[in-house]
Amino acid sequence: MDFDWLFFTEVTLAALGNSALLALTGLAFVLIYKATRVVNLAIGEMLMIGAYLFFSFTAGMGLPPWGAVILSIIGGALLGAAIERSVIRPMLGEAAISVFMVTIGVGSVLIGLTELIWGAEPTALPDFMGKTPIFIGDAYVSRKVVIGFSVAAAVIALFLLAFRFWRGGVALRATASDQAAAYSCGINVPAVFSLAWMFAGAAAAGGGILVGAVGGIAPTMGVFGLSALVVVIVGGLDSIVGVLIGGILVGLLEAWCGTYLGGEYKMLATFSLLMLVLLVRPYGLFGTVEIERL
Amino acid sequence: MRIGTLKETYAADEALFDTRTQRIWLALFFLGLVLFPFTVGEYWLYIACLVAIHVISTTGLNILTGFTGLVSLGQAAFMGVGAYTVAVLEARLGTPTLLNILVAGFVTAGVGALVGLPSLRVKGLYLAMATIAASFILHFIFANWNSVTHGVSGINVPPAEVLGFEMARPVQLYWLIVPFAIVMVLAASNLFRTRIGRAFIAIRDRDISAEVLGIPLLRYKLMSFALSSFYAGVAGGLWAYFFRVVTPESFPFVYSIFFLAAVIVGGMGTILGGILGAVFMTLVPEVLKLAVGVLSPVLPDAVAILSPVRTIVFGALIVGFLVFEPHGLAEIWRRTRRFFHLWPFKT
Repeated sequence: MDFDWLFFTEVTLAALGNSALLALTGLAFVLIYKATRVVNLAIGEMLMIGAYLFFSFTAGMGLPPWGAVILSIIGGALLGAAIERSVIRPMLGEAAISVFMVTIGVGSVLIGLTELIWGAEPTALPDFMGKTPIFIGDAYVSRKVVIGFSVAAAVIALFLLAFRFWRGGVALRATASDQAAAYSCGINVPAVFSLAWMFAGAAAAGGGILVGAVGGIAPTMGVFGLSALVVVIVGGLDSIVGVLIGGILVGLLEAWCGTYLGGEYKMLATFSLLMLVLLVRPYGLFGTVEIERL
Repeated sequence: MRIGTLKETYAADEALFDTRTQRIWLALFFLGLVLFPFTVGEYWLYIACLVAIHVISTTGLNILTGFTGLVSLGQAAFMGVGAYTVAVLEARLGTPTLLNILVAGFVTAGVGALVGLPSLRVKGLYLAMATIAASFILHFIFANWNSVTHGVSGINVPPAEVLGFEMARPVQLYWLIVPFAIVMVLAASNLFRTRIGRAFIAIRDRDISAEVLGIPLLRYKLMSFALSSFYAGVAGGLWAYFFRVVTPESFPFVYSIFFLAAVIVGGMGTILGGILGAVFMTLVPEVLKLAVGVLSPVLPDAVAILSPVRTIVFGALIVGFLVFEPHGLAEIWRRTRRFFHLWPFKT
């Protein structure tokens, strides 16, 4: 049988759009982990809230899309700050596992609230990107995917620049590498924690809008967070480069398995990859190996 | 007021139940369990059986998470393995019920040890991720290994039969499930008086130190996984006889979170905690259901909001306990007991 290269290219291009979204969500995840050492399983649910906020602002209040995007991102940031301040801050210094479970609990609360406020039925976001398809060479790509990819890529680049040059970004990196030292240099570490959660919330909300625009919104869309989690683990929990490469890897794998083997193989492929990476390189492809001393 | 417990022999010091009061309460509790089916209706027996199944599984997870310090989010998937084993054995071969349940336990223990293999290299959150991955892979196998599991349509399980008695309704199953729960909980509390159990605790407290002390880490970690999965397998087997149909959707990922939540809410690392947590987490949704029944005349759409409210309460319980009472219900129980012991003095 002849291998259909055009079809393969189209699938791959669509996958890259998904990859960028995965990387964006993964970035939100790594941001929190680097600064606060919290593994945030509620990231998928924060993403979902962002998408639903956008839904309310556009479909419910009739705001123009750009205004709704800004408002939902602010909403996402506030949500992140609220979660950090109310339940994560009191857990400071507790075992990592306890904090991890707290975020699972938060995720469950967020799902319940969403079902309560917006109902359990899946809906589609109002179309704000247009439908004209885009062709790269001969390959057809959906407009949403292209926009999603470019926005996610731009946001990731922005984050990277902010980490490198912005004062707050430097404070964040300082806190990540050594909390006590950062404290003694006069960095307000609790404020950095809040900042990290706010940025992660904002990124997650943005990611949610894009994910929702491509695939529709439902209270179960937090599952996307699980794929992002795999991305992060594969790349290494504290590595931004790892997130980018992990995102591309997982996105491509999901799309190829989904297309050529069948949709049910998606999850299997992702999680088999996770198992494999954990067995071969326990701290991910680019993660820092933790050295334990007695 | 009780002044203290005086122990004169090592045997007395090592006893599971060390005071007379404790033994009397325990005897009363068992008497209550025996009388229970004769005093209440079908609904409460159904709840009791469900609670007992959850107690077994939660105790198993507690051995792994609470005592060995290895977090697992795959308990529900392991229960699924047990349930499918029983379903396949019962539907295909028709082997005796008790044998099926034991085989389910051992098969699941094998699967659990396999899943525990990454614990050689990773721990903490990475291990939790590995168990999440394993549970999704197992779910995929349940849904797609059509020749054995019949895919999404699942398997119907004939009623359990022990010594010629057919057990189909909760009234009869109560006499199968509750004794299982009692034996397994007692076995678990005995485990921590042995070398193996103490090795588990040493690994939890500091695994490198434990290794230096001469505990082979891999062997004991795998043993812990296997034991915990054995409990899950037995619970799953009983589950299969209780609900009589096993589908891939019976053991969702949320169910695993449920068990971890039960361990946390009850109190990690205490046998009593596992029991209290399982009872509490199983009863909360039922209480909510009752509340909705009471509220429905006032609040017309009370039934519609039941499911989201249940999800919220579930999450809020996890968060609330971790933030305000990290040692769980077992600690509350201990405080209450101490209050009565020391009364009229302040604790």
